Amino acid sequence: MKREPPRTIADYAPLAFPAIMLIVFFVVPFSTMIAVSFFRRQQGGFYTPDFVIDNYARFLSAFFGGVLGFSLMLAITVAVICVAIAFPFTYLLTKASRRVQIVWLVCLLSVLSLSEVIIGFAWSTLFSRTAGITNLLVPLGLMSESQALLPGIGAVLTGMVYQALPYTILVLYPALVRLDPTLLEAARTLGASPLRGFFGIIVPALRNTIVATLIMVFVFALGSYLLPQILGRPQHWTLSVHITDQAIYQSNMPFAAAMAVFLVLISLALVGLTLLVGGRKEVA
Amino acid sequence: MMETFLRRLGFALVALFLAGPLIVVAGVSVNERQSLSFPPQGFSIAWYSQIFTDPGWRAALIASVLLAAFSAALAVIIALPLSWFLWRRVAPWANVFRLLGVAPFILPPVITALGLLTFWATIGFYGQPWTAVISHAIFFVTLPLVTLSLGFSSIDRSLVEVAATMGADERTVLRTVVLPLILPYLISGYAFAFVLSLNEYIVAYMTVGFTMETLPIKIFNALRYGYTPTMASVSIFFVAIAALVFSLIARFGDLPRLLGAMSSEEK
Repeated sequence: MKREPPRTIADYAPLAFPAIMLIVFFVVPFSTMIAVSFFRRQQGGFYTPDFVIDNYARFLSAFFGGVLGFSLMLAITVAVICVAIAFPFTYLLTKASRRVQIVWLVCLLSVLSLSEVIIGFAWSTLFSRTAGITNLLVPLGLMSESQALLPGIGAVLTGMVYQALPYTILVLYPALVRLDPTLLEAARTLGASPLRGFFGIIVPALRNTIVATLIMVFVFALGSYLLPQILGRPQHWTLSVHITDQAIYQSNMPFAAAMAVFLVLISLALVGLTLLVGGRKEVA
Repeated sequence: MMETFLRRLGFALVALFLAGPLIVVAGVSVNERQSLSFPPQGFSIAWYSQIFTDPGWRAALIASVLLAAFSAALAVIIALPLSWFLWRRVAPWANVFRLLGVAPFILPPVITALGLLTFWATIGFYGQPWTAVISHAIFFVTLPLVTLSLGFSSIDRSLVEVAATMGADERTVLRTVVLPLILPYLISGYAFAFVLSLNEYIVAYMTVGFTMETLPIKIFNALRYGYTPTMASVSIFFVAIAALVFSLIARFGDLPRLLGAMSSEEK
């Protein structure tokens, strides 16, 4: 029973249900959203079919330019921090015993699957005045009295790194675990220190992986919508938060849709870039 | 020596960062009185029983579990025939559907959420509980799709050929050879989708947020009106569920392989 092209209609039958589901409930909603982004908004939360580009034009205002710039900068910062921590960590993890690896993977998956609501709540507790980390610093004499560390950009950044770090590690894991161990052994035999071997051999060998991971984490961080609300001030709201806000609270679906389409374009461009980078031959 | 020390230090720091907030929440959740304080004052597990006894929290828990159970099942039902077809047939164009299955997961979630919101509102079913089941199934179909594709690719094709040579027809091969071999992947795909659906906020909020309260929605709504200790106990409860499910997958399956490492024999 070799792999063969489908010949009869019956051969296509298994494809029918998944295809219908994905088209009806993903392609159609997605297209609906694009269509709505060109619709005209009506007072009272409704919209009428039309073809206007006002929703996109509004995007060119200074306010939303600022929001976009802030969202991109925030996502880039999160991506860089996460990869900087996760790359050496994942490398060390792949060198550990299988048992240790499995325990870590279970923990990482558990944190990764945590709801953004729970992450936000956990960090807001940790940064709060009454139950926060500053309570530990007071007895140590590092601080005169406990204080709240939120809302603020530091809190938003910490929460987002917390959310994205397990994701980064799990994206890097396959590439690092498959890395040819003889590469580093050769370097060591030739007299390189472990640190030099890591930065001189491993990092350059996985340059493309690192770039691809940076982009994936960037897109992941762009999707964060609750942490900026829970841990930050309104000026820390990202594009994702504004999309939700416009759709639900301002009842401006066309504008929300236009912002979402814009976000899709940015993400798609970056995912495409990842595929290009990943498609090139890795040395390892 | 140096390397061992560095590794231990790195592991400890990352572990502290990941566990820190959860430890504080766990501490807060056992406070005796309804106050947000850490270290906890007194010890009480009353806030844990509150999840099951308080009608509001219990309803949210039941809604979340039902939503996760049904949507994960639907996700598997969509992913199974698709990944089987892609494995069994040479049809490169059919990979478009694999791409469609992965897309909602790669794109920022707010996009899928908004797309589904406009869709359900347009066809007039906005707010129906079953729309959340379909929405989550589409949103998380990636997970069973990835695990099942991995499962199919690990099947030794000669096994299937032997069965066919011995006279088994397509249906028999599928039932007696293929399905038993991919069952672990099917179960882990379901488990991944289940846990993530349980924790999902934005898609559920945008599709049924005003008619049904899942646990993440309930926590967020409660968070706006201030603090209740039940939030802390529910959070810890959810961490425990996730840890339990992933431990079971690790116990009965090959977790490193599921996450992209080569099979254990090759290592």
